[in-house]
Amino acid sequence: METNSNSHSRRHFIKNVAALGAGVVATSANQAVAAPANILSEDRKGVLVDTTVCIGCRNCEWACKKSHDKESGNIEEYSDRSVFKQFRRPSAATYTVVNEFSNPKNPALPINVKVQCMHCDRPACVSACIVGALSKYEDGSTIWDPVKCIGCRYCMVACSFQIPTFDYNKAIEPNINKCDFCNERRKAGKLPACVDICPVEALVFGTRSEIIKIAREKIQRNPERYINHIYGENEVSGTSWVYLAGRNFYELGFPKLGFKHAPGVSEAIQHGIFAYFVPPVMFYSLLGTMMWIYKRREEFNKEAELAEELELQSEPESEVEEL
Amino acid sequence: MNHVFTPVPLSGIYSKKRYLTPGVIVLILIALNGMVFLAGRFFLGIGSVTNLTNLYPWGIWIGIDVATGVALAAGGFTTAALGHIMHREHYQVIIRPALLTAMLGYTFVALGVVVDIGRWYYVWHSIIYWNPNSALFEVGTCVMIYMTVLYIEFLPIVTERFLGRVKLPGILHNLNRAIEFILRILDNTLSKTMFVFIIAGVVLSTLHQSSLGTLMIIAGEKMHPLWQTPVLPLLFFLSAVSVGFPMVIFESYLASRSFGLHPETKVLLKLGNMVAPILLLYLAFKIGDLVIRETFVYLAIFNVQSVMFIIEVILGTVVPLIMFLNKKVMKSLNLVFMASCFVIFGVVINRINNFIIAYHPPYATEAYYPSFGEISVTLGFAAMLILMYRAIVMIFPVISLNINHSNNHHLPHSQEVSK
Repeated sequence: METNSNSHSRRHFIKNVAALGAGVVATSANQAVAAPANILSEDRKGVLVDTTVCIGCRNCEWACKKSHDKESGNIEEYSDRSVFKQFRRPSAATYTVVNEFSNPKNPALPINVKVQCMHCDRPACVSACIVGALSKYEDGSTIWDPVKCIGCRYCMVACSFQIPTFDYNKAIEPNINKCDFCNERRKAGKLPACVDICPVEALVFGTRSEIIKIAREKIQRNPERYINHIYGENEVSGTSWVYLAGRNFYELGFPKLGFKHAPGVSEAIQHGIFAYFVPPVMFYSLLGTMMWIYKRREEFNKEAELAEELELQSEPESEVEEL
Repeated sequence: MNHVFTPVPLSGIYSKKRYLTPGVIVLILIALNGMVFLAGRFFLGIGSVTNLTNLYPWGIWIGIDVATGVALAAGGFTTAALGHIMHREHYQVIIRPALLTAMLGYTFVALGVVVDIGRWYYVWHSIIYWNPNSALFEVGTCVMIYMTVLYIEFLPIVTERFLGRVKLPGILHNLNRAIEFILRILDNTLSKTMFVFIIAGVVLSTLHQSSLGTLMIIAGEKMHPLWQTPVLPLLFFLSAVSVGFPMVIFESYLASRSFGLHPETKVLLKLGNMVAPILLLYLAFKIGDLVIRETFVYLAIFNVQSVMFIIEVILGTVVPLIMFLNKKVMKSLNLVFMASCFVIFGVVINRINNFIIAYHPPYATEAYYPSFGEISVTLGFAAMLILMYRAIVMIFPVISLNINHSNNHHLPHSQEVSK
């Protein structure tokens, strides 16, 4: 469960194809992924984004592209602040973007907000994915598996933060694109690329409980600087990435969300209807019984009709025709 | 019994109608137009043909081709429940056409899925990779199994067509007896085990018709409160049941018109009598949900959502309900046909509302509107479905001729049917 390297998945893929070829569908039951049980560990990782510290240098964008083998260009180009005129969202080209918002407290210091996958504790995408191509890992990350994905885009419908994106212009192997919490780098013992490069320490990497503590201390020490809200602490029952800001989050492009986790109602209905297949099986038996009763009644009626007809006929004849 | 249930292939001695008519040629053109855009989708990617974006990942291919397609194929399981499970024999005459509509409907639903998903060549993945938490997984699995069940339910019609008539030409004639033998075994086995599949069909339909409603629940706040409700699965199921019989009336009426047959007026009117109670139940839940969740406040805001909701409920549910409750309407097949059209319209609009109109993602600056390519593919699939329906009823014994007043002894099943 903790590894997700390509070779590993490829082996799984070959194994599964072989299983299918042999027609042994049943063996794949052990492939059934990551049930809802909370597999999160106590010291799962997270990142605290302090939007009051971020200077909008966009070095994180460059580092992210670089570490994911995307066309990144020259890091100097990223100091061009004209891109902020447009509100941007993550895409296939980049898993993270920084946007700029005005600062009513100090117009000379605009607010910059970095956006990427929030790595929810109970992700809607993981619950929604038809083939379990998105998985939640113990360390807090939510990662997409290119081997399983069928490209149905239900994760995009489900995501509360509108994060996963799709390669609409690829006819073959279109990907679902989203931040993978620098899975490869972290396995090698390195920090996520964006955290590593941030020159002002606007991003703090640590265990989730740690960064929440830091965030709370920051608010306590500087109540004028921050609003009393850690975005992601409770939203959709908690996310691995959490934010601090000096301005209402809903004015900074964050969606207003409840504290209940996103898959709750949907999963409750699903498991209620299925409950170990008892309701469908009971329904099946009910219909079967009904079918039998109606059929018997029909036969009974016919027999009665026949008997009536026979009675109407003369006695000796009815004896002859008796079956 | 004054009615004789004798389905026949509508060709040769039973019907002088030809396959090609001006209407059919128009349908072929619409289908071809759809194929052109399909080619674009498969060679250049989904983005080249559709208006779908990262904000609007699902468009009319899911909203209409898949979600509406499944709902409109509900005639299959509702008539199976009525005719087979409740054993109402006088409805036999409409079971086969309804079964064919469902079979073709689900076939095109499956095609719609293949076209819409990005990695269409992995469509079989859900068979080996399971995610029991996913409503989509349940819908996909049920639809797959149900489609198989529909094909099995249709098999007896195929064996009936060929039993006693296997005449392969030339060298192959040696195989005739073997094929005949296999067909007979198949026919015998099927007739003994068919009840298993019929019940399974009803159970599977109940499950996935409702789970289709569960699909959008996970979208949470992204879905407009007029539609976002935990009872969506129930509403989807009830609306699917309510559209089952109107769909049968619609399709039976049009088929008899097209082939110049007497419509099954008596049976269809009887069927129409059952629509009002189901429609009333659906409307009660729909309005009840609106009241309990106090979402009627959103109707006071004039926007696309509120207008579409009102169209859906008034034109698609209230109007046909009044019509189906009216005694004068219930005496005229033409008016019942019209009322059925309203119900179908209502369910189509409901599915479009749920999957497209209600979906308002954060960060969207403009609404999704289907592209010409998307509409072409959707219309193309609909045209192909009708073309296949027409071909199949001309080849296989699906539709019954109204021959109760003629001398029906001359129309036995085993009679040679010329092409």
